[in-house]
Amino acid sequence: MTANAAQTRLELRDISKSFPGVLANDSVSFSVLPGEIHALLGENGAGKSTLVKMIYGIMQPDVGEICLDGKPVHVPNPKAARTMGVGMVFQHFSLFEAMTVLENIALGMDHETSYAELETRIRKVLDEYGLMLDPHRTVSTLSVGERQRIEIVRALLLEPKLLIMDEPTSVLTPQEVAQLFDTLRALAKRDCSILYISHKLHEIQVLCDNATILRGGRVVGECNPTEESSRSMAEMMIGGVLKDIERITGRSLGEERLVVSGLTQPSGKAFGVDLADISFSVRRGEIFGIAGVAGNGQNELLLALSGETTGPQADTVRIDGRPVGNLDANLRRRAGLCSVPEERNGHGAVPEFSLSDNTVLTARCRMGMVKWGIINSRTAFSYARNVIGTFAVKTTGPSSAASSLSGGNLQKFIMGREILQTPDVLVVSQPTWGVDAGAAAAIHQALVDLATPGSAIVVISQDLDELLAICDNLTVVNEGRLSRCLKIGETSVEEIGLLMGGIHGDTTERFHVA
Amino acid sequence: MLLKLEKRSQPSTPMLCLTPVIAVGVTMIVGGMIFTSMGYGGFSAVWSIFATPVIDIDKWQDLGIKAAPLILIATGLSIGFRANVWNIGAEGQYVIGALAGTGVALATWHMEGFWILPLMCLAGVLGGMLYAAIPAFLKTRLNVNEVLSSLMLTYAAIQLLYYLMRGPWKDPEGFNFPQSRLFNDSQILPEIGNTFIHLGVPLAFLVAIIAWFLMSRTMFGFEIRVVGAAPDAAQHSGFNRKRTVWMALLGAGGLAGFAGILEAAGPFGQMVPQFPTGYGFTAIIVAFLGRLHPIGIILAGIILAISYVGGEIAQTTIGLPNAATGVFQAMMLFFLLATDILVKYRLRFSHQPRSGAA
Repeated sequence: MTANAAQTRLELRDISKSFPGVLANDSVSFSVLPGEIHALLGENGAGKSTLVKMIYGIMQPDVGEICLDGKPVHVPNPKAARTMGVGMVFQHFSLFEAMTVLENIALGMDHETSYAELETRIRKVLDEYGLMLDPHRTVSTLSVGERQRIEIVRALLLEPKLLIMDEPTSVLTPQEVAQLFDTLRALAKRDCSILYISHKLHEIQVLCDNATILRGGRVVGECNPTEESSRSMAEMMIGGVLKDIERITGRSLGEERLVVSGLTQPSGKAFGVDLADISFSVRRGEIFGIAGVAGNGQNELLLALSGETTGPQADTVRIDGRPVGNLDANLRRRAGLCSVPEERNGHGAVPEFSLSDNTVLTARCRMGMVKWGIINSRTAFSYARNVIGTFAVKTTGPSSAASSLSGGNLQKFIMGREILQTPDVLVVSQPTWGVDAGAAAAIHQALVDLATPGSAIVVISQDLDELLAICDNLTVVNEGRLSRCLKIGETSVEEIGLLMGGIHGDTTERFHVA
Repeated sequence: MLLKLEKRSQPSTPMLCLTPVIAVGVTMIVGGMIFTSMGYGGFSAVWSIFATPVIDIDKWQDLGIKAAPLILIATGLSIGFRANVWNIGAEGQYVIGALAGTGVALATWHMEGFWILPLMCLAGVLGGMLYAAIPAFLKTRLNVNEVLSSLMLTYAAIQLLYYLMRGPWKDPEGFNFPQSRLFNDSQILPEIGNTFIHLGVPLAFLVAIIAWFLMSRTMFGFEIRVVGAAPDAAQHSGFNRKRTVWMALLGAGGLAGFAGILEAAGPFGQMVPQFPTGYGFTAIIVAFLGRLHPIGIILAGIILAISYVGGEIAQTTIGLPNAATGVFQAMMLFFLLATDILVKYRLRFSHQPRSGAA
């Protein structure tokens, strides 16, 4: 063993892992030094998740070695990984809403500890890293940023030598992101290495010391993010040239196509968000953004706009002047409003159905797939083929099951399915959630191209960069209420961030602007 | 060492078709061992039950007659099961359908005409639908679990049958036996050629084939499949969950009622208290053994019919008790569900994790 190897905290040597039909990792090697914040970059399906799952013991490599502190290790399961000092914070939290922070942490401990002892340990960790969290609060009352802190505290209690963070900022406000970065930097100063997975390149630039770029399961480059531009890293990731969004600036918007006025709807579910007095309008050719931290009513708003939940009053939602507030999703689609929900599997698409059958789900009326109650499967098949071709969806064809597509590809398919129907109004939630840079750019361009000839588009997203890049106007949703309408170019990220956190400033102003 | 079930990413399609066959095979082996250990000739019992009805051509007509109601009811149930609507009360809908048809027969006992039989069938279908409408209403309005409501209504239906047979519908010329009048020639299903296979048998096969078309090619089937596979996607698509519950229960009830009146106007030729023979419950096994697919259901219906006919043969030839048939049928469902688990999950033996570096 070389002296150099002994210094590394984590070293991967020629790791390969294959699944039936796919080589997820192909002889991947890289190393992370103690106290280094190392970025793992790559498109969806590049093999990042598989790789970290092997480090955390969820899967085992077919070939290759994982070395911790210079010693080759076998990590049979996550519990073993934790005893070796490897912690992981997942993108999706595993927390019980109805229990307190303390109880949640106690449940995740490998060894039984008394509440009193655990609380002292938690408070010690919180003090050490300057984290704000009340161990006795019930999880359902916490913001997403605070919930993530629970997961971080859970990992920190193990005094990890290596912490893996999987897309940690996708649900945070800009202010919360800054706090998280402070914590991570403090952690790195104490010699803990951090493996940071993200697709937000400017975050990697401000946070990380080194980056390893994966493409198609292989390492295609190593770089120092501070010396690279976001664009050059994105191009390394996709292995091609990134196109700018082409849009005509300074165009004037037409008449109002979607008008929502006084939409109030109780959620009717535990831990749901009630929508209160939602009013906004979207004009011909406009892309209207709705920003906000997850769980502030975005889901409820999408359901209310798409027609999955309907209200008694028809005139709360109007399309081109026609009241549709009491129509179900299919009737609204006939009236010209298509939608894309946030969750792809089981909501936007039926995983076990073929792509062809999945077009019948939402395109049957507008694309004439049904006559006398009988499905014309040939029309559905050719429409699916059209979507796959136009949106460059990677799949074996319209007959393959939706579940066989990667997240990004399925999202492209669902977006394409709605966009090619040329709806008068399109409402999309998280259009590029978990989608790689190349696909995200394609989706953004498609939205712009749909708006240009005259459709009105609503984009609900937690990704502020995305909204700033494609929207004309935006508003912020917080606890089921919309903020005043902001014009892109006349607002700052800080202002939006404060609105996302629920600080409305002068609330009376809303009425003047709206 | 720990036994763990691990979900397979994609269950293999050939295995999904093969498991019903495996389940039947394992049933024969285990059934044979059980009855041997009880002192019967176990494997000759298996032979009597599963092979004799197939080898003996004389028994084929029997198979058709027994399979017909099973196929009809199971086809209806499978539509509901696809949509995650668990109608367990087909037996009750079958009885009420038969009673409704019998009502028409008793009202027209002194009449003749080609219209009487279709009218009885219509009454049978409507009777079954009406009885299934009760759990549908309770489910959609009051969120009452349809498993319980439909199952309990079965017993109410059977009590109604007993009441009618001992009271208002008792044959006035029947020497006080608790049974209805015999149906007249206009009320009995015609037999095909010089067999004793009644018209209901080809009808059952036809209904299964129509159901296949409905489920695979029409919006009705699409809606049912989407609701069952992904309720949120169904809502997104604009399907109404309550309407699906109604369609699923009315469809199943209608077909069970149809099976009921075909059975009354066919093999029975009258209504008797012994009318409910458990077809409504056995059809649940048929539906699952047939993979909720109409063509699979036809095959499964024939297999279960074999077990009925074979059970009767085994009673006379080797003195196997009547309950043996039930034991074999239940084992089939049991082994099917067990093998299904293995198709969807793989068994893994995992060792206790070694601590620290290996």
